[in-house]
Amino acid sequence: MSRVLLATAVVVALIAADLHFNQLERGRAVLDTLLTPVFWIADVPSRISDWGSSQLQSRDALLEDNERLRRENLVLLGRSSQMASLQAENVRLRALLNSSAMLRDDVLVAELIGVSPDPARHQLVLNKGARDGVFTGQPLIDAGGLLGQVVEVAAGSARALLITDATHSIPVQVNRNGVRAIAEGTGALGSLEVHHVSATTDIREGDLLETSGLGGRFPVGYPVARVSTVERDPGEAFARIVAIPTAALDRSRHVLLVFTGGKPAGDGDSEG
Amino acid sequence: MEESGRGYGVILLTFLVAFVLAVLPLPPWLMWGRPEWVALALIYWTIALPHRVGITTGLLLGIGLDVLDGAVLGQNAFALVVVALLALILYQRLRVYSLWQQAGVVFVLVGINQLICQWVQNLQGVGARSLLFLLPALSSALLWPVMLHTLRGVRRRYEVT
Repeated sequence: MSRVLLATAVVVALIAADLHFNQLERGRAVLDTLLTPVFWIADVPSRISDWGSSQLQSRDALLEDNERLRRENLVLLGRSSQMASLQAENVRLRALLNSSAMLRDDVLVAELIGVSPDPARHQLVLNKGARDGVFTGQPLIDAGGLLGQVVEVAAGSARALLITDATHSIPVQVNRNGVRAIAEGTGALGSLEVHHVSATTDIREGDLLETSGLGGRFPVGYPVARVSTVERDPGEAFARIVAIPTAALDRSRHVLLVFTGGKPAGDGDSEG
Repeated sequence: MEESGRGYGVILLTFLVAFVLAVLPLPPWLMWGRPEWVALALIYWTIALPHRVGITTGLLLGIGLDVLDGAVLGQNAFALVVVALLALILYQRLRVYSLWQQAGVVFVLVGINQLICQWVQNLQGVGARSLLFLLPALSSALLWPVMLHTLRGVRRRYEVT
């Protein structure tokens, strides 16, 4: 019986400490490091099927793939050659305006080794950790846009919270006109809600929301979501706005961890 | 002494397998129905070896599961302590029950497990918005016969007592 009381006391203390004081991060990181092999083992089946499908691909498919990638590469190279001159121009213009230069962010490619087993939580487990310089709060992107941020770092793995998690909010701005807002996760994969935008604000369907850099956590300018519906009810003070994330939240196997090289993020933020 | 040491290894291994199954990536439509593997293994070992597996085991497993889940530390620990306690209270009766009666009890125990998890999640503000979170109770109960035979086979094979 005394054991029951003791266990209950431990459990209640743990819950209270974790919920209200955030004091357990160290212990959690240690346990996370110890338990990371569980994710590796659980990842083996999908690794095998990946390997299988890459081994069994036909020559034709590979040639076709290669051709497509070549074309894509050509297009991207063409665009980026223009980018160099645009960037130079941007730097000059920013210098004229006396604002700090935007630097390019460094990225680290990480691979997904697990997802949160609890469907109510949108978390990913990545195969890079403190050893690779990953830090808490680090932004995570894929080819389409922002995925989320790192919330826990173990030695060889890290856990990231997706922008669609019900506990996640992110400061955004409309790409078209700079209107700022907060996009909150809803707990449903594939939709964000933009709250507390007055009914007269200029946001339309199809608008691209990008990170605004306010809040100092995410670097400015990464696409986050595209507005899919805007409902303006005359009886309500705020519009009801739903947006669809541009990143492939449930499909990316490889993701990019962003290192905002040096301080540019901070600079970007101060200008808002 | 040596024999009991080996027994612990086997028990630990089954829990490790349960952990792996608990985080195994599943397609989205299956995710809500994922059986509570760790709770099932805990229930089995508690019924089989109540003098060795029980509340402390539940507590440690729960903390491990919390870390894997990314949940509030103590959420699954709380739930599994309660499950272990109930299994300890019921084990003599459970041993003489028929398979499907046992499955019924498992349904209730895992249901309680889910309710407690849900309750702690609501403290954090990430509760489910439908009753889908009770689905694992059903899938766990349906899997109980398989679980029982597998773990009983393991226990007899390696003579864990």
